Amino acid sequence: MSRDIAVIAVAQSDILRSTAEQSEVEMLMPVLHDVLDRTGLKTADIGFTCSGSCDYLAGRAFSFTLALDGVGAWPPISESHVEMDGAWALYEAWTKLLSGDADTALVYAYGKSSPGSVRDVLTRQLDPYYVAPLWPDSVALAALQAQALIDAGDTDEPALAEIAARSRATDNPRAQLRGSVPQGAYAVRPLRTGDCPPIGDGAAAVILAAGERARELCPRPAWIRGIDHRIEAHGLGVRDLTDSPSTRLAAEKAGAFERPVDTAELHAPFTSQEVVLRKALGLDDSVRVNPSGGALAANPMMAAGLIRIGEAASRIHRGESDRALAHATSGPCLQQNLVAVLEGDPR
Amino acid sequence: MPEVLKAPLVVEFPFTRSLGPVQSAFLTGLRDRVVLGVRTGDDRILVPPVEYDPVTAEELRDLVEVAPTGTVTTWAWNHEPRRGQPLDTPFAWVLVRLDGADTALLHALDAPDPDSVHTGMRVRVRWAEDRVGAITDIACFEPYDGEAARPSGHSGEFEDPVTGIVAAARLDYTYSPGRAQTAYINALADHRAVGERCPSCRKVYVPPRGACPTCGVATSEQVEVGPGGTVTTFCIVNIKAKNLDIEVPYVYAHIALDGADLALHGRIGGIPYDQVRMGLRVEPVWTEGGRYPDHYRPTGEPDADYETFKELL
Ligand SMILES: [Zn+2]
Repeated sequence: MSRDIAVIAVAQSDILRSTAEQSEVEMLMPVLHDVLDRTGLKTADIGFTCSGSCDYLAGRAFSFTLALDGVGAWPPISESHVEMDGAWALYEAWTKLLSGDADTALVYAYGKSSPGSVRDVLTRQLDPYYVAPLWPDSVALAALQAQALIDAGDTDEPALAEIAARSRATDNPRAQLRGSVPQGAYAVRPLRTGDCPPIGDGAAAVILAAGERARELCPRPAWIRGIDHRIEAHGLGVRDLTDSPSTRLAAEKAGAFERPVDTAELHAPFTSQEVVLRKALGLDDSVRVNPSGGALAANPMMAAGLIRIGEAASRIHRGESDRALAHATSGPCLQQNLVAVLEGDPR
Repeated sequence: MPEVLKAPLVVEFPFTRSLGPVQSAFLTGLRDRVVLGVRTGDDRILVPPVEYDPVTAEELRDLVEVAPTGTVTTWAWNHEPRRGQPLDTPFAWVLVRLDGADTALLHALDAPDPDSVHTGMRVRVRWAEDRVGAITDIACFEPYDGEAARPSGHSGEFEDPVTGIVAAARLDYTYSPGRAQTAYINALADHRAVGERCPSCRKVYVPPRGACPTCGVATSEQVEVGPGGTVTTFCIVNIKAKNLDIEVPYVYAHIALDGADLALHGRIGGIPYDQVRMGLRVEPVWTEGGRYPDHYRPTGEPDADYETFKELL
């Protein structure tokens, strides 16, 4: 069965350094209401609900079950959860809609990094035998990748600083870091604080709809023309850190190379990772990259990838893009990558 | 709005992990100051070794010794070591391709400053004094400008192999329960129970979590409930929990506080365990200085009629 599926509504919270005054459901609920209001749908109208989050951020098992209160999970709804970025929850919802089991889906994601130390938390996703006992944090691993790029002649520190400055020169009102942000001192050399994403809390939600339902609910749906995700070996020393073959393959399978895109929302938490992704995706200067500011302006863990899809879709909704690429990543040094290609109806 | 509550939360666990044959050989080797890799079908040597080829997924078992000397393939200068990392003085993170290997191992390099480190530099293993069969048996790498060390010709067979590791993990959090639960906990300390009413379906939730799970809307109207309540259902606990100073058997019950539309749970005391019943009327008991009810005890009122609490089961 083949059906056209579109992102028809998008909402997100402001991304803040801390939201300690709110529980996760308290942070999430306004975003859920916002996205539903944009379509006029009620929770009872939604065919499938899927979320992305991570217990390690909150330090509590099954923390996503409490967030379910925000979607009205009684009487029972068709629901699923992925313990990763909401972009992968969107992938699951897309397959659900493709199967014909539902016509609409609500996808949401949230992360509160403020209760813990996210650099330490992320070490727990590494190989538990050979790597995690050394506690290499996320910035250190990204810095190894950055040095490999510098050694390969793919970039240098001034070029990385330009990526940081361009990303934060955004007018995105939801972003955590905007305007002139100093590159700062080395966090882990060669990466400076300006090369690293801000640590923040936030939530995002999107609604998907299939076929005519999408046209009824949205004046210009952002049709998902293709979506694919691929993973690479967990051993960092096995991979060529200057390249991202998984991104390239996912993009190819999603149809990204069939025609040029005008916009790309890349989930590159570190400046150096944008260099890798541009190369893997063959993006030249004709493509608007991260007009939202990307993860360098706001990187709520588990939501930042879904937000990339949401930002790309929003530009199509507003008529500012006709064909956009959205990318999400997970794991150290761009280990796993998802690529979606979105298009608006011809004008 | 009063300030939300906050408290330190430490999540700590000694993960005990068993090793497969290749991991066991590699970590046992480190204990005995031998570095082993594994040979792939296309004759590449992977160090650290894995049990399945990352390209073909073919099973790998052919262990090969490599040298404890090697070359840095990339590095990053860590001027502020964090808890748990290999060195507590500034060091370089390095990926090192050991002599004889085709892939690189992640570890730390003990070097005086970033100017003394570069990609392509030669290094060697510095062994930990006490070795147990873990990646930390390599204390770190150190700069080395001598010849490539010769492997000893080890077969990869050990008499007393390491079969498991204990990987201690600790993460520190500052937990905050948010607005609704803060209000609930603060009221409990005042010997009061407060719920929140859903603006849509009018149900009163205790404890409140800030949202109505039926309507999916925020709750904010505070409603005082209790102190009395009704046992809606219960179980008899026969297993003593660690560090819990309560004699078994005891009764754990769902209790619908008067005015609440959701039952909370608590221990029932002040009555023999085998006399607790559905419909029993109870009230909370606070101990001296307690911030929450220690348990619930019978009020002595007649039992509640089943019809009055059947919706709350
Ligand atoms: Zn309600």
